[in-house]
Amino acid sequence: MFSLFNWFRYASPQTFYPLAGRMIPWFAGAAAVFAAAGLYVGFFVAPTDAQQSEVYRVIFIHVPVSWMSMFIYLVMAAWGAIGLAFNTRLSFMMARSLAPTGALFAFLSLWTGALWGRPTWGTWWVWDARLTSELILLFLYLGVMALQAAIDDQRRGDRAGALLAIIGAINVPIIYFSVVWWNTLHQGASVSLTRAPSMARAMLAGMLLMSLACWMYSIAVSLARARCIMLERERHTAWVGELAGSAS
Amino acid sequence: MKPRHKRIAFIASGVLCLGVATALVLNAFQSNLVFFHSPSDVLAGKAPKDKAFRVGGMVEKGSVKRVGDGLTVQFMVTDTVKTIPVAYTGTLPDLFREGKGVVAQGRIRPDGVFQASEVLAKHDENYMPPEAATAIEHAQKASKSLK
Repeated sequence: MFSLFNWFRYASPQTFYPLAGRMIPWFAGAAAVFAAAGLYVGFFVAPTDAQQSEVYRVIFIHVPVSWMSMFIYLVMAAWGAIGLAFNTRLSFMMARSLAPTGALFAFLSLWTGALWGRPTWGTWWVWDARLTSELILLFLYLGVMALQAAIDDQRRGDRAGALLAIIGAINVPIIYFSVVWWNTLHQGASVSLTRAPSMARAMLAGMLLMSLACWMYSIAVSLARARCIMLERERHTAWVGELAGSAS
Repeated sequence: MKPRHKRIAFIASGVLCLGVATALVLNAFQSNLVFFHSPSDVLAGKAPKDKAFRVGGMVEKGSVKRVGDGLTVQFMVTDTVKTIPVAYTGTLPDLFREGKGVVAQGRIRPDGVFQASEVLAKHDENYMPPEAATAIEHAQKASKSLK
């Protein structure tokens, strides 16, 4: 079980804290580079859309943040499940550090969608299956964060939050497949793993670059947040004492 | 079984039960989760008769007519099998086009015309530059004239 031993080594906050600290600048730098490239392609290289003209350019933000809002939720639920199963302290810290970023993306997804919906559909909001399930996702994020914060006992708060995250994960496939299962006002997926994307190549490139930027950003900020949580939770341990001693 | 394995089994079976329960619930609510009904559904009597609902499909090509005051529009909504006439007074969204998707909310009048109180444009998942769109149009016209 040598490989397992290795993994559990990094499950200890003491070894993960400096590792995360070394990784953050790389991910933050990559996020900035990808975002600059993505915005450049999105605004200057990609052609206008035949139907919607310029307003379609919201997809360079809207689609990546929507993907991230769903994906981060799954990762958060997975960290929660690992934490419940293996009782690892770090898993719960990672779950907690992801929630605010996921909530931000879910909010941005709804917000940019409304800005696009008004000129295109003729309405800011409709209660169709895709929009409603994404709104539920935002509430789930807020619920998980509130539940974690509401329980004073940190271990119990972690477990309750993880449980809610796992239960709520059922919503993610519903969001993703809502446009397939039901008649919705929201259009189907333009990009999927199973068939060729139904958009011009430059548009796709801009969207994928922005997606990479969102990935890098998410990793960087969640690691930074996890480091803060580690310091706070392990403040009575020797290694944090040493860190504080060497810093002062 | 180690306690750890027990917990994993417990979580996995919990998620499984939850998934099955959700699938059943969604299946039961199938008709309520539909945002709009197709013209075929409406003509088959599947849409609610005594309250407002939404009908969705394509605006049939060449069917858009302005009547009287210039604000009232009449057009046909089709799912390529069945067609419903729709009347609407008010401003249409930018993307309202013939041959493109549309969702109208309202109710069926006694004369069979769908009186819409709100019309939304439904965009499809295709994004392409104007040049590509004209190229496709030309190709379609060419193939039609060949037939």
